[in-house]
Amino acid sequence: MKLGKSTREAFGLALAELGARYDDIVVLDADVHNSTRTEYFAQRFPQRFINVGIAESNLVSVASGLAASGKRPWLASFACFVMCNAFDQLRMSVAFPALDVKVVGSHAGISIGEDGPSQMGIEDVALACVLPNFTVVVPADEASTRQAVWALAELRGPAYLRVGRPNVPVVYESEVPLRLGRANCLRDGRDLTIIANGLMVAAALEAAEELARLGVSVRVLDMHTVKPLDHEAVARAARETGRIVVAEEHLKHGGLGSAVAQSVAEQCPVPMRFVALNDTYAESGTPQDLLRKYELTAADIVRAARSLLQT
Amino acid sequence: MSDNDALLIPRLREKALTIRRHIIRMTTKAGSGHPTSSLSAVEVVVALYFGGLLRYRAQEPSWPQRDRFILSKGHAAPLLYAVLAEAGYFPVEQLDTLRQIGSPLEGHPNMRRLPGVEASTGSLGQGLSIGLGHALACRLDGYDSRVYVLLGDGEVNEGQVWEAVMAAVKYRVDNLVAIVDHNGYQQTGPTREVLDLDPLPPKFAAFGWHAEEIDGHDWSAVLRALRSASQRTGQPSVIVARTIKGYPIHQLLAEQNYHGKALTPADAEKALALLSGGS
Ligand SMILES: Cc1ncc(C[n+]2csc(CCOP(=O)(O)OP(=O)(O)O)c2C)c(N)n1
Ligand SMILES: [Mg+2]
Repeated sequence: MKLGKSTREAFGLALAELGARYDDIVVLDADVHNSTRTEYFAQRFPQRFINVGIAESNLVSVASGLAASGKRPWLASFACFVMCNAFDQLRMSVAFPALDVKVVGSHAGISIGEDGPSQMGIEDVALACVLPNFTVVVPADEASTRQAVWALAELRGPAYLRVGRPNVPVVYESEVPLRLGRANCLRDGRDLTIIANGLMVAAALEAAEELARLGVSVRVLDMHTVKPLDHEAVARAARETGRIVVAEEHLKHGGLGSAVAQSVAEQCPVPMRFVALNDTYAESGTPQDLLRKYELTAADIVRAARSLLQT
Repeated sequence: MSDNDALLIPRLREKALTIRRHIIRMTTKAGSGHPTSSLSAVEVVVALYFGGLLRYRAQEPSWPQRDRFILSKGHAAPLLYAVLAEAGYFPVEQLDTLRQIGSPLEGHPNMRRLPGVEASTGSLGQGLSIGLGHALACRLDGYDSRVYVLLGDGEVNEGQVWEAVMAAVKYRVDNLVAIVDHNGYQQTGPTREVLDLDPLPPKFAAFGWHAEEIDGHDWSAVLRALRSASQRTGQPSVIVARTIKGYPIHQLLAEQNYHGKALTPADAEKALALLSGGS
């Protein structure tokens, strides 16, 4: 697959476009705009850009006040810092009053590489999903990130958008509209469904190719919206393919896997496998080495699928 | 004191008495709540709402050009509710429903359920940041609206308060006024013992705020400080209001730090009688 831009880069570019379109969009930063790429917005709209310094709690609550006074704030920091450092602010200042604040966590997952575990957002999706009123979106590539930004701009309410550091394979050659809460079926199949998001979507497609060579017909769903989950697509996958593998670059507990498992258990129980970070912190290394060591590759999805096919 | 204040202050005093009666009655009826935390800040909040400082429209709570009052120390909700009812946001009779299921008068303020509540608070430390957000939004809109935030003296232990203090200076937010209700006590004891931040004004001033300390029960001082803070340009202001927790019924209370408990019906009777005796 062809390598495209990183999802953080796509986010930063889309946010600047959004700023040109709407003058009530305000962007907040906690001293990382060159990492999160809100710098593009900052350059074009300095009056509507607020850098509060390294102070994530303040970052979130200031956005809350802006939203309560009618602005549409987007704030961005590293996924780990904004979700973990300011969780009570997200709860009290954003989720509980259901204010229109868009929270963006960059450097999500272990694929940030050499900076190591202190900078890796691996708990963020679980934390965002547990907050009432929040929509949670994990786009797969450049084009879908841009789509996600525009879709979220239409949503009036709190949301979390997760983006990553490395350049990622192009999943969408052209811009397919992203509908929040609606999975994209990237490939149809009868024997098994792989449900993935983020950079695991590309891995899922690769795994599906490999499985096809082994004679297994695989459906692949890009579940970009973890919340609200597309329960219909999950039920159809369970009923029609009978087996589900979930793949995500996040801890196994509380992320996409948990959400899908809950949905499957309620609607149509079928055997499942989970390709995710298995209750551990990672370490420093190249993104490729890390993904391999922590079992987040196409080969790991294939292995999970094959073990599922034996049940 | 100006001639106008000679007329205004007796009216404010009367209003404060009404508010204090509401606070005691509603918390005792509810059987829980924070009456003493509410009582210490009555003068400041009454001066804001009824002393001609806060510009608001009770019939149009989201009027964009309004001034905002944010109760960062959300546990003093009974004070806010009593003031909002007296200001006409909802019927005074509704105060009787404090903390009951179905009532929008929750234990801590919920902006989604009660008109006039500008922020959902109750987790201490967030209100000044929220106020800063409002102040920045008003500036972007070209409104001269002002934002007043009431904090507890224990609440300022929270690091986030100082994050907001620093950011407000960076953005030269002069439509933001913080008021610290310096009643000397927090949940587990005197602020002096739990985490001593005295003297507070120089700490704010060191970050670039205009800071002054006043007697928070002295009407002239409260009015003067609020007026001067509301006129200040180029920097945010803080008023450290020295107050007495439970004022003016504090001597009636069994414990020195009577925190987070409603008065018993018998004590409430005594307190109301003491208030009627004049304060
Ligand atoms: C973040 C947070 N921690 C703890 C509490 C529990 N709590 C409620 S009131 C209080 C003491 C507040 O003291 P102060 O700010 O001085 O207010 P006062 O009641 O004296 O007006 C505490 C610790 C809380 N509400 N929020
Ligand atoms: Mg106190």
